[in-house]
Amino acid sequence: MIPHTPIIAILGIGTYLSLALLATGLIWLFVGSLKGKEVDRRVIFVFVLFAVAAPLIFPTTFKDHASDIVKKVFDKIDNLPKGSTVLISFDFDPSMAPEVQPMANVFTRHLFAKNHKVIFMSLWATGQALTNSTLDDVVRREFPDKKEGVDFANLGYKAGNQGVLNVIVTDFKKMFPNDSRNIPLDSMPLFTGINSCRDLDLILSVGGGFPGPKEWVLFVGDPANVPIGAGVAAVTAPIYYPYYPKQMLGLLGGIKGAAEYESEMQRVYPQFASMPTPALIMMGPQTLAHVVVMAFIIIGNVAFFVARRKKREGA
Amino acid sequence: MKRLPLIVMTAVAICFVASWLSQGANASTESSSPYLQGFLVTTAVFLTLCIFSFLYQDNPFYKFAEHLFVGISAAYWMCLGFWSTIVGNLIPRLSEGLSNWFKVPYQPGDWNIVYWVPVILGLLLMMRLTANYGWLARWSLAFIVGTTAGLNFVRYLRSDFIEQISSSMLPLLVDWQGMGHFISNFNLSTDGQFILILSNWVIFIGVICGLIYFFFSKEHTGLFGQASRAGIWILMITFGASFGYTVMGRLTLLVGRLTFLFRDWLGIIN
Repeated sequence: MIPHTPIIAILGIGTYLSLALLATGLIWLFVGSLKGKEVDRRVIFVFVLFAVAAPLIFPTTFKDHASDIVKKVFDKIDNLPKGSTVLISFDFDPSMAPEVQPMANVFTRHLFAKNHKVIFMSLWATGQALTNSTLDDVVRREFPDKKEGVDFANLGYKAGNQGVLNVIVTDFKKMFPNDSRNIPLDSMPLFTGINSCRDLDLILSVGGGFPGPKEWVLFVGDPANVPIGAGVAAVTAPIYYPYYPKQMLGLLGGIKGAAEYESEMQRVYPQFASMPTPALIMMGPQTLAHVVVMAFIIIGNVAFFVARRKKREGA
Repeated sequence: MKRLPLIVMTAVAICFVASWLSQGANASTESSSPYLQGFLVTTAVFLTLCIFSFLYQDNPFYKFAEHLFVGISAAYWMCLGFWSTIVGNLIPRLSEGLSNWFKVPYQPGDWNIVYWVPVILGLLLMMRLTANYGWLARWSLAFIVGTTAGLNFVRYLRSDFIEQISSSMLPLLVDWQGMGHFISNFNLSTDGQFILILSNWVIFIGVICGLIYFFFSKEHTGLFGQASRAGIWILMITFGASFGYTVMGRLTLLVGRLTFLFRDWLGIIN
Protein backbone atom coordinates (compact mmCIF):
# COMPACT_ATOMS: atom_id res chain seq x y z
CA MET A 1 0.00 0.00 0.00
CA ILE A 2 1.31 3.48 -0.89
CA PRO A 3 1.56 5.59 2.27
CA HIS A 4 -0.65 8.70 2.30
CA THR A 5 1.76 11.12 3.97
CA PRO A 6 0.00 13.91 5.89
CA ILE A 7 0.64 17.42 4.49
CA ILE A 8 2.11 18.69 7.78
CA ALA A 9 4.59 15.80 7.69
CA ILE A 10 5.68 16.90 4.22
CA LEU A 11 6.09 20.44 5.48
CA GLY A 12 8.32 19.09 8.27
CA ILE A 13 6.46 20.88 11.03
CA GLY A 14 4.57 17.87 12.33
CA THR A 15 7.02 17.12 15.13
CA TYR A 16 7.05 20.70 16.41
CA LEU A 17 3.28 21.03 16.06
CA SER A 18 2.63 17.83 18.01
CA LEU A 19 5.15 18.79 20.71
CA ALA A 20 3.50 22.22 21.04
CA LEU A 21 0.06 20.63 21.27
CA LEU A 22 1.24 18.17 23.89
CA ALA A 23 2.95 20.88 25.95
CA THR A 24 -0.15 23.11 25.78
CA GLY A 25 -2.35 20.22 26.91
CA LEU A 26 -0.06 19.40 29.82
CA ILE A 27 0.02 23.05 30.94
CA TRP A 28 -3.78 23.17 30.72
CA LEU A 29 -3.98 20.04 32.88
CA PHE A 30 -1.42 21.45 35.34
CA VAL A 31 -3.41 24.67 35.77
CA GLY A 32 -6.63 22.69 36.13
CA SER A 33 -5.06 20.44 38.75
CA LEU A 34 -3.82 23.41 40.74
CA LYS A 35 -7.40 24.67 40.81
CA GLY A 36 -8.41 21.32 42.30
CA LYS A 37 -10.06 19.79 39.23
CA GLU A 38 -10.00 16.01 38.95
CA VAL A 39 -8.39 14.58 35.82
CA ASP A 40 -10.38 11.78 34.21
CA ARG A 41 -8.31 8.66 33.52
CA ARG A 42 -9.46 8.78 29.88
CA VAL A 43 -7.73 12.15 29.48
CA ILE A 44 -4.47 10.47 30.50
CA PHE A 45 -5.09 7.71 27.93
CA VAL A 46 -5.60 10.32 25.21
CA PHE A 47 -2.33 12.05 26.13
CA VAL A 48 -0.38 8.77 26.08
CA LEU A 49 -2.01 7.81 22.77
CA PHE A 50 -1.07 11.17 21.27
CA ALA A 51 2.50 10.94 22.63
CA VAL A 52 2.93 7.52 21.02
CA ALA A 53 1.11 8.26 17.75
CA ALA A 54 2.71 11.62 16.91
CA PRO A 55 6.34 10.38 16.64
CA LEU A 56 5.14 7.47 14.50
CA ILE A 57 3.36 9.73 12.01
CA PHE A 58 6.07 12.40 12.13
CA PRO A 59 9.17 10.20 12.62
CA THR A 60 11.36 11.35 15.48
CA THR A 61 14.48 9.24 15.92
CA PHE A 62 17.35 9.47 18.37
CA LYS A 63 20.91 8.25 18.19
CA ASP A 64 21.68 5.49 20.63
CA HIS A 65 24.88 3.98 22.01
CA ALA A 66 25.34 0.39 23.07
CA SER A 67 25.74 -0.05 26.81
CA ASP A 68 28.26 -2.57 28.14
CA ILE A 69 25.71 -5.31 28.71
CA VAL A 70 24.48 -5.06 25.10
CA LYS A 71 27.95 -4.59 23.62
CA LYS A 72 29.12 -7.84 25.23
CA VAL A 73 26.68 -9.80 23.05
CA PHE A 74 27.63 -7.78 19.98
CA ASP A 75 31.36 -8.27 20.59
CA LYS A 76 30.92 -11.98 21.22
CA ILE A 77 29.23 -12.48 17.85
CA ASP A 78 31.72 -10.17 16.17
CA ASN A 79 34.74 -12.01 17.57
CA LEU A 80 33.60 -15.59 16.96
CA PRO A 81 35.76 -17.39 14.37
CA LYS A 82 34.23 -17.46 10.88
CA GLY A 83 31.91 -20.43 10.42
CA SER A 84 31.02 -20.78 14.11
CA THR A 85 27.70 -22.41 14.90
CA VAL A 86 25.21 -20.32 16.85
CA LEU A 87 21.75 -21.31 18.01
CA ILE A 88 18.90 -18.80 18.27
CA SER A 89 15.86 -19.89 20.24
CA PHE A 90 12.62 -18.05 19.54
CA ASP A 91 10.97 -18.37 22.95
CA PHE A 92 8.20 -15.80 22.58
CA ASP A 93 4.71 -15.24 21.24
CA PRO A 94 3.04 -12.45 19.23
CA SER A 95 2.28 -10.44 22.37
CA MET A 96 6.03 -10.10 22.99
CA ALA A 97 6.97 -9.81 19.32
CA PRO A 98 7.01 -5.98 18.99
CA GLU A 99 9.76 -5.92 21.63
CA VAL A 100 11.84 -8.98 20.89
CA GLN A 101 11.37 -9.69 17.19
CA PRO A 102 13.69 -6.75 16.33
CA MET A 103 16.32 -8.41 18.53
CA ALA A 104 15.92 -11.76 16.76
CA ASN A 105 16.16 -10.01 13.39
CA VAL A 106 19.26 -8.01 14.21
CA PHE A 107 20.98 -11.06 15.78
CA THR A 108 20.27 -13.03 12.62
CA ARG A 109 21.52 -10.21 10.37
CA HIS A 110 24.71 -9.87 12.40
CA LEU A 111 25.38 -13.64 12.42
CA PHE A 112 24.95 -13.96 8.67
CA ALA A 113 27.02 -10.85 8.03
CA LYS A 114 29.84 -12.61 9.89
CA ASN A 115 29.26 -15.84 7.92
CA HIS A 116 28.36 -17.89 10.96
CA LYS A 117 26.09 -20.92 10.77
CA VAL A 118 22.77 -20.48 12.48
CA ILE A 119 20.36 -23.00 14.00
CA PHE A 120 16.85 -21.70 14.65
CA MET A 121 14.52 -23.40 17.10
CA SER A 122 11.69 -22.61 19.47
CA LEU A 123 10.54 -23.77 22.88
CA TRP A 124 7.27 -21.89 22.37
CA ALA A 125 4.71 -23.20 19.91
CA THR A 126 3.97 -19.68 18.74
CA GLY A 127 7.67 -19.08 18.17
CA GLN A 128 7.70 -21.22 15.04
CA ALA A 129 5.65 -18.76 12.98
CA LEU A 130 7.78 -15.89 14.28
CA THR A 131 10.93 -17.78 13.25
CA ASN A 132 9.51 -17.98 9.73
CA SER A 133 8.90 -14.24 9.86
CA THR A 134 12.60 -13.64 10.61
CA LEU A 135 13.63 -16.11 7.90
CA ASP A 136 11.44 -14.26 5.35
CA ASP A 137 12.31 -10.71 6.42
CA VAL A 138 16.04 -11.11 7.01
CA VAL A 139 17.53 -14.34 5.64
CA ARG A 140 15.66 -14.77 2.34
CA ARG A 141 15.48 -11.04 1.61
CA GLU A 142 18.97 -9.87 2.63
CA PHE A 143 21.01 -13.09 2.36
CA PRO A 144 19.46 -15.04 -0.55
CA ASP A 145 22.70 -16.98 -1.11
CA LYS A 146 22.46 -18.68 2.28
CA LYS A 147 21.32 -22.29 1.90
CA GLU A 148 19.06 -24.13 4.30
CA GLY A 149 20.83 -27.17 5.71
CA VAL A 150 24.27 -25.72 4.93
CA ASP A 151 24.29 -22.19 6.35
CA PHE A 152 21.23 -22.39 8.55
CA ALA A 153 18.63 -24.85 9.78
CA ASN A 154 15.16 -24.32 11.17
CA LEU A 155 14.36 -27.03 13.69
CA GLY A 156 10.96 -25.58 14.54
CA TYR A 157 9.09 -26.09 17.78
CA LYS A 158 9.46 -29.00 20.13
CA ALA A 159 7.10 -29.54 23.07
CA GLY A 160 8.61 -30.35 26.45
CA ASN A 161 9.87 -27.05 27.89
CA GLN A 162 12.99 -27.60 30.01
CA GLY A 163 12.75 -31.33 29.26
CA VAL A 164 13.81 -30.53 25.68
CA LEU A 165 16.86 -28.66 26.96
CA ASN A 166 17.70 -31.46 29.34
CA VAL A 167 17.98 -33.80 26.36
CA ILE A 168 19.66 -31.59 23.77
CA VAL A 169 22.38 -30.63 26.21
CA THR A 170 23.74 -34.15 25.65
CA ASP A 171 22.11 -35.32 22.42
CA PHE A 172 20.66 -32.97 19.83
CA LYS A 173 19.30 -35.53 17.40
CA LYS A 174 17.45 -37.48 20.07
CA MET A 175 15.01 -34.61 20.42
CA PHE A 176 15.31 -33.18 16.92
CA PRO A 177 15.85 -36.07 14.49
CA ASN A 178 14.47 -33.88 11.68
CA ASP A 179 14.17 -30.19 10.94
CA SER A 180 10.87 -28.34 10.41
CA ARG A 181 10.71 -29.68 6.83
CA ASN A 182 11.09 -33.27 8.11
CA ILE A 183 14.59 -33.55 6.63
CA PRO A 184 16.90 -35.64 8.86
CA LEU A 185 19.60 -33.60 10.61
CA ASP A 186 22.10 -36.37 9.80
CA SER A 187 21.80 -35.47 6.11
CA MET A 188 22.62 -31.79 6.68
CA PRO A 189 26.22 -30.56 6.33
CA LEU A 190 25.48 -27.97 9.02
CA PHE A 191 25.18 -30.69 11.66
CA THR A 192 28.51 -32.36 10.88
CA GLY A 193 30.25 -32.35 14.23
CA ILE A 194 27.26 -30.90 16.05
CA ASN A 195 25.92 -33.59 18.36
CA SER A 196 24.74 -31.59 21.34
CA CYS A 197 24.55 -28.07 22.71
CA ARG A 198 28.08 -28.54 24.01
CA ASP A 199 29.28 -28.29 20.39
CA LEU A 200 27.72 -24.86 19.87
CA ASP A 201 29.81 -21.72 20.07
CA LEU A 202 27.02 -19.51 21.33
CA ILE A 203 23.34 -19.73 22.24
CA LEU A 204 21.03 -16.74 21.98
CA SER A 205 17.65 -17.03 23.66
CA VAL A 206 15.10 -14.44 22.62
CA GLY A 207 12.00 -14.25 24.79
CA GLY A 208 11.19 -13.48 28.38
CA GLY A 209 8.72 -16.03 29.67
CA PHE A 210 8.75 -19.70 30.60
CA PRO A 211 10.61 -21.51 29.12
CA GLY A 212 13.11 -18.86 28.11
CA PRO A 213 16.58 -17.47 28.80
CA LYS A 214 16.49 -18.56 32.44
CA GLU A 215 15.91 -22.20 31.46
CA TRP A 216 18.70 -21.97 28.88
CA VAL A 217 21.07 -20.81 31.63
CA LEU A 218 19.90 -23.43 34.12
CA PHE A 219 19.71 -26.46 31.84
CA VAL A 220 22.33 -25.72 29.17
CA GLY A 221 24.57 -22.74 29.94
CA ASP A 222 25.71 -23.72 33.42
CA PRO A 223 25.93 -27.52 33.11
CA ALA A 224 27.46 -27.56 29.61
CA ASN A 225 29.49 -24.36 29.98
CA VAL A 226 28.12 -22.87 26.75
CA PRO A 227 27.99 -19.06 26.51
CA ILE A 228 24.43 -17.74 26.64
CA GLY A 229 23.27 -14.34 25.44
CA ALA A 230 19.69 -13.18 25.70
CA GLY A 231 17.21 -10.66 24.38
CA VAL A 232 14.25 -10.30 26.68
CA ALA A 233 10.97 -8.41 27.03
CA ALA A 234 11.27 -5.36 29.27
CA VAL A 235 8.78 -6.64 31.84
CA THR A 236 11.01 -9.59 32.69
CA ALA A 237 14.40 -7.92 32.15
CA PRO A 238 15.12 -7.20 35.87
CA ILE A 239 14.99 -10.90 36.77
CA TYR A 240 17.75 -11.69 34.27
CA TYR A 241 20.27 -9.07 35.38
CA PRO A 242 21.60 -11.19 38.29
CA TYR A 243 22.81 -13.76 35.72
CA TYR A 244 25.07 -11.17 34.10
CA PRO A 245 28.05 -11.39 33.62
CA LYS A 246 28.90 -14.81 35.06
CA GLN A 247 26.06 -16.98 33.76
CA MET A 248 24.89 -14.80 30.89
CA LEU A 249 27.46 -13.03 28.75
CA GLY A 250 25.16 -10.14 27.84
CA LEU A 251 21.56 -9.06 27.77
CA LEU A 252 19.27 -6.92 25.63
CA GLY A 253 16.54 -5.59 27.91
CA GLY A 254 13.37 -4.51 26.11
CA ILE A 255 13.16 -2.29 23.09
CA LYS A 256 15.97 -0.08 24.45
CA GLY A 257 18.37 -3.01 24.31
CA ALA A 258 17.28 -3.77 20.75
CA ALA A 259 17.76 -0.11 19.75
CA GLU A 260 21.26 -0.09 21.24
CA TYR A 261 22.16 -3.22 19.28
CA GLU A 262 20.78 -1.77 16.05
CA SER A 263 22.77 1.43 16.53
CA GLU A 264 25.96 -0.55 17.21
CA MET A 265 25.28 -2.60 14.09
CA GLN A 266 24.97 0.57 11.99
CA ARG A 267 28.06 2.10 13.59
CA VAL A 268 30.30 -0.91 13.00
CA TYR A 269 28.87 -2.02 9.65
CA PRO A 270 28.24 0.96 7.34
CA GLN A 271 26.69 -1.40 4.76
CA PHE A 272 23.75 -1.77 7.14
CA ALA A 273 23.12 1.98 7.38
CA SER A 274 19.81 1.57 5.56
CA MET A 275 18.72 -1.66 7.25
CA PRO A 276 15.29 -1.73 8.91
CA THR A 277 15.60 -0.36 12.44
CA PRO A 278 12.22 -0.95 14.10
CA ALA A 279 13.67 -0.64 17.60
CA LEU A 280 15.34 2.72 16.92
CA ILE A 281 12.09 3.99 15.39
CA MET A 282 10.18 2.87 18.47
CA MET A 283 12.46 4.90 20.73
CA GLY A 284 10.82 8.14 19.51
CA PRO A 285 7.34 7.22 20.81
CA GLN A 286 8.97 5.68 23.89
CA THR A 287 10.79 8.88 24.76
CA LEU A 288 7.80 11.16 24.30
CA ALA A 289 5.44 8.82 26.15
CA HIS A 290 7.89 8.58 29.06
CA VAL A 291 8.10 12.37 29.19
CA VAL A 292 4.29 12.50 29.36
CA VAL A 293 4.19 9.86 32.12
CA MET A 294 6.82 11.82 34.10
CA ALA A 295 4.88 15.05 33.53
CA PHE A 296 1.75 13.42 34.94
CA ILE A 297 3.68 12.20 38.01
CA ILE A 298 5.00 15.74 38.60
CA ILE A 299 1.58 17.34 38.01
CA GLY A 300 -0.08 14.84 40.36
CA ASN A 301 2.47 15.43 43.11
CA VAL A 302 2.45 19.24 42.83
CA ALA A 303 -1.36 19.25 42.82
CA PHE A 304 -1.37 17.00 45.89
CA PHE A 305 1.00 19.19 47.90
CA VAL A 306 -0.77 22.41 46.86
CA ALA A 307 -4.14 20.94 47.85
CA ARG A 308 -2.72 19.80 51.19
CA ARG A 309 -1.27 23.24 51.89
CA LYS A 310 -4.59 24.89 51.04
CA LYS A 311 -6.37 22.46 53.31
CA ARG A 312 -3.99 23.21 56.21
CA GLU A 313 -4.29 26.95 55.66
CA GLY A 314 -8.08 26.61 55.55
CA ALA A 315 -8.08 24.64 58.78
CA MET B 1 -33.38 -4.27 20.50
CA LYS B 2 -33.09 -0.65 21.60
CA ARG B 3 -32.57 1.95 18.93
CA LEU B 4 -29.08 3.28 19.89
CA PRO B 5 -27.30 -0.12 20.02
CA LEU B 6 -28.90 -0.97 16.68
CA ILE B 7 -27.58 2.25 15.13
CA VAL B 8 -24.10 1.63 16.59
CA MET B 9 -24.03 -1.97 15.34
CA THR B 10 -25.14 -0.88 11.88
CA ALA B 11 -22.50 1.86 11.76
CA VAL B 12 -19.77 -0.59 12.80
CA ALA B 13 -20.92 -3.11 10.20
CA ILE B 14 -20.91 -0.44 7.46
CA CYS B 15 -17.42 0.72 8.52
CA PHE B 16 -16.22 -2.89 8.51
CA VAL B 17 -17.49 -3.57 4.99
CA ALA B 18 -16.17 -0.22 3.73
CA SER B 19 -12.74 -0.96 5.22
CA TRP B 20 -12.78 -4.48 3.77
CA LEU B 21 -13.56 -3.25 0.26
CA SER B 22 -11.08 -0.40 0.53
CA GLN B 23 -8.32 -2.72 1.78
CA GLY B 24 -9.10 -5.23 -0.96
CA ALA B 25 -8.95 -2.55 -3.64
CA ASN B 26 -5.67 -1.12 -2.29
CA ALA B 27 -3.99 -4.46 -1.48
CA SER B 28 -0.48 -4.98 -2.81
CA THR B 29 -0.18 -6.43 -6.28
CA GLU B 30 1.86 -9.36 -4.83
CA SER B 31 -1.24 -10.67 -3.05
CA SER B 32 -3.02 -13.50 -4.89
CA SER B 33 -6.32 -12.87 -3.09
CA PRO B 34 -6.54 -9.16 -2.26
CA TYR B 35 -10.07 -9.27 -0.83
CA LEU B 36 -9.17 -12.10 1.54
CA GLN B 37 -6.15 -10.09 2.68
CA GLY B 38 -8.42 -7.06 3.06
CA PHE B 39 -10.85 -9.07 5.17
CA LEU B 40 -8.07 -10.36 7.44
CA VAL B 41 -6.57 -6.91 7.95
CA THR B 42 -10.00 -5.40 8.64
CA THR B 43 -10.83 -8.17 11.12
CA ALA B 44 -7.53 -7.59 12.93
CA VAL B 45 -8.24 -3.85 13.02
CA PHE B 46 -11.79 -4.42 14.27
CA LEU B 47 -10.58 -6.67 17.10
CA THR B 48 -7.79 -4.24 18.02
CA LEU B 49 -10.27 -1.37 18.25
CA CYS B 50 -12.68 -3.58 20.22
CA ILE B 51 -9.97 -4.16 22.83
CA PHE B 52 -8.97 -0.48 22.87
CA SER B 53 -12.63 0.48 23.43
CA PHE B 54 -12.33 -0.81 27.00
CA LEU B 55 -10.20 2.24 27.80
CA TYR B 56 -13.36 4.32 27.44
CA GLN B 57 -15.60 1.91 29.32
CA ASP B 58 -16.71 -1.71 29.34
CA ASN B 59 -18.89 -2.48 26.31
CA PRO B 60 -20.22 -5.40 24.22
CA PHE B 61 -17.51 -5.00 21.55
CA TYR B 62 -14.78 -5.48 24.14
CA LYS B 63 -16.64 -8.45 25.61
CA PHE B 64 -16.94 -10.00 22.14
CA ALA B 65 -13.20 -9.66 21.44
CA GLU B 66 -12.29 -10.94 24.92
CA HIS B 67 -14.49 -14.04 24.64
CA LEU B 68 -13.29 -14.71 21.11
CA PHE B 69 -9.68 -14.55 22.28
CA VAL B 70 -10.27 -16.91 25.21
CA GLY B 71 -12.18 -19.40 23.04
CA ILE B 72 -9.66 -19.41 20.21
CA SER B 73 -6.74 -19.69 22.66
CA ALA B 74 -8.28 -22.71 24.39
CA ALA B 75 -8.96 -24.45 21.08
CA TYR B 76 -5.52 -23.56 19.74
CA TRP B 77 -3.67 -24.93 22.77
CA MET B 78 -5.74 -28.12 22.77
CA CYS B 79 -4.94 -28.82 19.11
CA LEU B 80 -1.34 -27.86 19.65
CA GLY B 81 -1.00 -30.18 22.64
CA PHE B 82 -2.28 -33.07 20.55
CA TRP B 83 -0.23 -32.40 17.43
CA SER B 84 3.03 -31.32 19.06
CA THR B 85 3.18 -33.57 22.11
CA ILE B 86 1.23 -36.73 21.25
CA VAL B 87 1.75 -36.77 17.49
CA GLY B 88 5.07 -34.91 17.48
CA ASN B 89 6.86 -36.58 20.39
CA LEU B 90 5.12 -39.85 21.22
CA ILE B 91 3.69 -41.47 18.07
CA PRO B 92 7.02 -41.51 16.12
CA ARG B 93 8.56 -43.52 18.96
CA LEU B 94 5.66 -45.95 19.37
CA SER B 95 4.41 -47.16 16.02
CA GLU B 96 5.45 -46.98 12.39
CA GLY B 97 1.87 -47.51 11.22
CA LEU B 98 0.52 -44.63 13.31
CA SER B 99 3.44 -42.44 12.23
CA ASN B 100 2.60 -43.04 8.60
CA TRP B 101 -1.08 -42.38 9.28
CA PHE B 102 -0.29 -39.05 10.95
CA LYS B 103 2.37 -38.34 8.31
CA VAL B 104 5.19 -37.84 10.80
CA PRO B 105 8.61 -39.47 10.31
CA TYR B 106 8.95 -42.68 12.30
CA GLN B 107 11.97 -42.89 14.61
CA PRO B 108 13.15 -46.47 14.35
CA GLY B 109 14.95 -47.95 17.30
CA ASP B 110 14.76 -50.65 19.89
CA TRP B 111 11.32 -51.16 21.31
CA ASN B 112 11.32 -49.37 24.65
CA ILE B 113 8.69 -49.92 27.30
CA VAL B 114 9.50 -46.48 28.77
CA TYR B 115 7.55 -44.83 25.94
CA TRP B 116 4.37 -46.60 27.10
CA VAL B 117 4.62 -44.97 30.53
CA PRO B 118 3.38 -41.56 29.27
CA VAL B 119 0.57 -43.34 27.36
CA ILE B 120 -0.64 -45.04 30.54
CA LEU B 121 -0.20 -41.92 32.67
CA GLY B 122 -2.03 -39.86 30.05
CA LEU B 123 -4.95 -42.27 30.07
CA LEU B 124 -5.00 -42.20 33.88
CA LEU B 125 -5.14 -38.40 33.73
CA MET B 126 -8.22 -38.64 31.52
CA MET B 127 -9.91 -40.66 34.27
CA ARG B 128 -10.52 -37.33 35.98
CA LEU B 129 -13.50 -36.97 33.66
CA THR B 130 -15.21 -39.94 35.31
CA ALA B 131 -16.83 -39.82 38.72
CA ASN B 132 -15.80 -43.26 40.00
CA TYR B 133 -12.22 -43.47 38.75
CA GLY B 134 -11.16 -39.84 39.07
CA TRP B 135 -8.74 -40.74 41.86
CA LEU B 136 -6.52 -42.54 39.34
CA ALA B 137 -5.54 -39.14 37.90
CA ARG B 138 -3.61 -38.47 41.11
CA TRP B 139 -0.95 -40.96 40.01
CA SER B 140 -0.27 -38.93 36.88
CA LEU B 141 -0.29 -35.64 38.77
CA ALA B 142 2.08 -37.09 41.38
CA PHE B 143 4.41 -38.18 38.59
CA ILE B 144 4.29 -34.73 36.93
CA VAL B 145 4.93 -32.86 40.18
CA GLY B 146 7.65 -35.30 41.28
CA THR B 147 9.61 -35.32 38.03
CA THR B 148 9.35 -31.54 37.60
CA ALA B 149 10.55 -30.97 41.17
CA GLY B 150 13.36 -33.49 40.74
CA LEU B 151 14.43 -32.10 37.38
CA ASN B 152 14.41 -28.51 38.59
CA PHE B 153 15.91 -29.08 42.03
CA VAL B 154 19.47 -29.79 40.95
CA ARG B 155 19.53 -27.07 38.29
CA TYR B 156 18.03 -24.40 40.52
CA LEU B 157 20.31 -25.35 43.41
CA ARG B 158 23.35 -24.95 41.20
CA SER B 159 22.40 -21.95 39.06
CA ASP B 160 20.03 -19.94 41.23
CA PHE B 161 21.57 -20.66 44.62
CA ILE B 162 25.26 -21.59 44.56
CA GLU B 163 26.18 -19.60 41.42
CA GLN B 164 24.23 -16.57 42.62
CA ILE B 165 25.97 -16.60 46.01
CA SER B 166 29.28 -17.02 44.21
CA SER B 167 28.41 -14.07 41.92
CA SER B 168 27.70 -11.89 44.98
CA MET B 169 31.14 -12.53 46.48
CA LEU B 170 33.00 -9.75 44.75
CA PRO B 171 36.33 -8.10 45.55
CA LEU B 172 35.69 -4.77 47.27
CA LEU B 173 38.97 -3.41 45.92
CA VAL B 174 39.28 -4.22 42.22
CA ASP B 175 42.80 -4.35 40.76
CA TRP B 176 44.10 -2.44 43.80
CA GLN B 177 47.72 -1.27 43.44
CA GLY B 178 47.76 1.47 46.02
CA MET B 179 46.15 4.89 46.44
CA GLY B 180 48.67 6.60 44.12
CA HIS B 181 47.84 4.27 41.24
CA PHE B 182 44.11 4.66 41.95
CA ILE B 183 44.23 8.49 41.90
CA SER B 184 46.52 8.73 38.87
CA ASN B 185 44.26 6.37 36.85
CA PHE B 186 40.99 7.82 38.09
CA ASN B 187 38.26 8.00 35.45
CA LEU B 188 34.49 7.58 35.25
CA SER B 189 34.33 5.08 32.40
CA THR B 190 32.13 2.04 33.03
CA ASP B 191 35.07 -0.35 32.92
CA GLY B 192 37.31 1.95 34.98
CA GLN B 193 38.62 0.96 38.42
CA PHE B 194 36.52 3.50 40.34
CA ILE B 195 33.19 2.42 38.78
CA LEU B 196 34.02 -1.28 39.22
CA ILE B 197 34.85 -0.75 42.92
CA LEU B 198 31.71 1.36 43.37
CA SER B 199 29.53 -1.30 41.67
CA ASN B 200 30.90 -4.04 43.87
CA TRP B 201 30.30 -1.96 47.00
CA VAL B 202 26.70 -1.25 45.91
CA ILE B 203 26.11 -4.99 45.36
CA PHE B 204 27.79 -5.88 48.67
CA ILE B 205 25.82 -3.35 50.72
CA GLY B 206 22.61 -4.02 48.77
CA VAL B 207 22.76 -7.79 49.36
CA ILE B 208 23.59 -7.46 53.07
CA CYS B 209 20.92 -4.80 53.74
CA GLY B 210 18.32 -6.61 51.64
CA LEU B 211 18.91 -9.81 53.61
CA ILE B 212 18.78 -7.96 56.92
CA TYR B 213 15.33 -6.57 56.01
CA PHE B 214 14.03 -10.15 55.74
CA PHE B 215 15.73 -11.28 58.98
CA PHE B 216 12.99 -11.21 61.60
CA SER B 217 14.67 -13.09 64.45
CA LYS B 218 16.18 -9.86 65.77
CA GLU B 219 14.34 -6.60 66.43
CA HIS B 220 15.05 -3.96 63.77
CA THR B 221 16.57 -1.31 66.06
CA GLY B 222 19.88 0.57 66.22
CA LEU B 223 22.46 -0.17 63.53
CA PHE B 224 20.52 -3.31 62.55
CA GLY B 225 17.38 -1.20 62.08
CA GLN B 226 19.25 1.33 59.95
CA ALA B 227 20.59 -1.47 57.75
CA SER B 228 17.03 -2.80 57.49
CA ARG B 229 15.81 0.65 56.39
CA ALA B 230 18.58 0.75 53.78
CA GLY B 231 17.33 -2.68 52.68
CA ILE B 232 13.85 -1.20 52.12
CA TRP B 233 15.41 1.50 49.95
CA ILE B 234 17.27 -1.12 47.92
CA LEU B 235 14.02 -3.06 47.44
CA MET B 236 12.10 0.10 46.48
CA ILE B 237 14.73 1.05 43.91
CA THR B 238 14.53 -2.49 42.51
CA PHE B 239 10.73 -2.34 42.29
CA GLY B 240 10.98 1.11 40.70
CA ALA B 241 13.35 -0.21 38.04
CA SER B 242 10.98 -3.12 37.41
CA PHE B 243 8.05 -0.73 37.08
CA GLY B 244 10.01 1.47 34.67
CA TYR B 245 10.78 -1.57 32.54
CA THR B 246 7.11 -2.58 32.66
CA VAL B 247 6.02 0.86 31.43
CA MET B 248 8.55 0.61 28.60
CA GLY B 249 7.33 -2.87 27.68
CA ARG B 250 3.65 -1.89 27.64
CA LEU B 251 4.37 1.23 25.59
CA THR B 252 6.23 -0.92 23.07
CA LEU B 253 3.14 -3.09 22.68
CA LEU B 254 1.05 0.04 22.12
CA VAL B 255 3.57 1.23 19.52
CA GLY B 256 3.29 -2.18 17.85
CA ARG B 257 -0.49 -1.97 17.62
CA LEU B 258 -0.49 1.65 16.44
CA THR B 259 2.14 0.80 13.84
CA PHE B 260 -0.20 -1.90 12.56
CA LEU B 261 -3.14 0.51 12.43
CA PHE B 262 -1.20 3.33 10.76
CA ARG B 263 0.83 1.20 8.34
CA ASP B 264 -1.22 -1.85 7.43
CA TRP B 265 -4.68 -0.29 7.71
CA LEU B 266 -4.54 3.45 7.16
CA GLY B 267 -1.32 3.45 5.17
CA ILE B 268 -0.10 6.77 6.57
CA ILE B 269 3.37 5.52 7.54
CA ASN B 270 5.98 3.38 5.80
